[in-house]
Amino acid sequence: MLSKNKEVEHSNFSPSHLEFLKSVRQYKLKITLSQIGILVGFLLLWEIAARLAWIDTFFTSKPSSILLLIQDLSRDGSIFKHTGISVFEAIVGFVIGTILGTSIAILLWWSEFFAKVFDPYLVVLNALPKIALGPIIIIWAGAGMRGIIVTALTISLVVTILSTYNGFKEVDSEKVKMLQTFGATKLQILQKVVFPASIPNMINTMKINIGMSWIGVIVGEFLVSKAGLGYLIVYGGQVFRLDIVMAGVIILALATAIMYQLISKLESRFVKWR
Amino acid sequence: MKEHKFVDVNEISMIYHTISGETKALDQLSFDVKKGEIVSIVGPSGCGKSTILSIIAGLLKPTSGEVFIDNKEVDGTNKKVGYMFQSDHLFPWRNIMANVLIGLEIQKKLSEESIARVSKLLDTYGLGDFKAHYPHQLSGGMRQRVALIRTLATEPDLLLLDEPFSALDYQSRLAVSDDIAKIIKSEEKTAIMVTHDIAEAISMSDRVILLSKRPATTKCIYDIQLTCEGADEFSPIKCREAPEFRHYFNKIWKELDVYVK
Repeated sequence: MLSKNKEVEHSNFSPSHLEFLKSVRQYKLKITLSQIGILVGFLLLWEIAARLAWIDTFFTSKPSSILLLIQDLSRDGSIFKHTGISVFEAIVGFVIGTILGTSIAILLWWSEFFAKVFDPYLVVLNALPKIALGPIIIIWAGAGMRGIIVTALTISLVVTILSTYNGFKEVDSEKVKMLQTFGATKLQILQKVVFPASIPNMINTMKINIGMSWIGVIVGEFLVSKAGLGYLIVYGGQVFRLDIVMAGVIILALATAIMYQLISKLESRFVKWR
Repeated sequence: MKEHKFVDVNEISMIYHTISGETKALDQLSFDVKKGEIVSIVGPSGCGKSTILSIIAGLLKPTSGEVFIDNKEVDGTNKKVGYMFQSDHLFPWRNIMANVLIGLEIQKKLSEESIARVSKLLDTYGLGDFKAHYPHQLSGGMRQRVALIRTLATEPDLLLLDEPFSALDYQSRLAVSDDIAKIIKSEEKTAIMVTHDIAEAISMSDRVILLSKRPATTKCIYDIQLTCEGADEFSPIKCREAPEFRHYFNKIWKELDVYVK
């Protein structure tokens, strides 16, 4: 039967139900506090171990000096330059990868013959570690931002094609038949059922994709660049400045987490009906 | 007498081909349906009942034979035909109103007038308050009624029902089959229903066509005449109380039984 409106029910909860809600809230709070506790504890332990010389800061650096470095780098603005460049490259790679990958998936769905013909090529390309193509891409697309974006694109594209296409194929064939009884054309079937039914799958693909794009960006920057977070990390490693390496990794972690969260927001907006 | 045959199925045969072999599903099957009739097709499971509906709907082409609807040969899907499936196939991302309008959307017949008509259909059949709801908020029986209205929205003359109640539990099944038979009668539609439920077939239809096991062919056709008491309104549930009901049931059951083994 019809589920009643939640707000209406709120006013007349029984005491035992209120008790239940309270315990759920407390449990959640406990989880959050533990999560924060682990982070703080780890940083504290690291800092203390470094100060008391239990560990060699030449190899491990320490939280306070990483923080100081980030402060210095943001004062002269260079941290924003490096982050901005990497974020830009990752987003461009991600957007092109998603659009191009989805378009190719639509093409494969449209013609089964086409899909069957390209199947072995896609399987091989999917299994191949795309990082191996890095040097070739750099030579072909140039040792600059273009090469890095193409690397990011190469890594994310095949995964996008395969998982989007598989999502299209999993759409209930009876639902397609239902539209056919109304006389639907292939384009209408794509538009009215296959595409909307695949949106949750496509958003999941995007979540994988954003990680893939970042791998591409960092690898590309390791290979060629003169700026970006990948460059910062490699440079830090080369001059044995572990605080630079750690700062780069931390900012990278923040940037990827934020982008992942944005896609999750997108999900809750588009998949309300679930 | 051809004018009387609204649907004329003429000696259709169907052979399915796969790599490992071929299966003959239908063998020289013929029957006809008059305008305004509800006809049920009953037969052993797997005998090709759904294939018949797919052929009438123009989704499949028979290997031989032809089907005429209103004296026109079926060739591809036809806007005069509405198809209703075992499960409702409502789109979870569309609300009830948008779900019901999908057929009109595909046939590019959306207009203020057609939307108002469909909206009125929902009101008439007790779904008026749920237009903005999403399918997951409705019960199975309500969803199946929405599916019927989606089929009716494009104003088909012929309805094809493919075991439309088999996904429902027994109580809803009785109630919804009663509702849907009433809706079909009051909208003056012609309907062909495939079912494996003998009681449902007898209570809802004017005629029951019994098929043999695969390859299916028409075994016998029963004209159903039930004296429903207090029948100011057609009601399949009340028809189950008719004295002849049991008689038809036994006859069809016996005929079927031979082939179930």
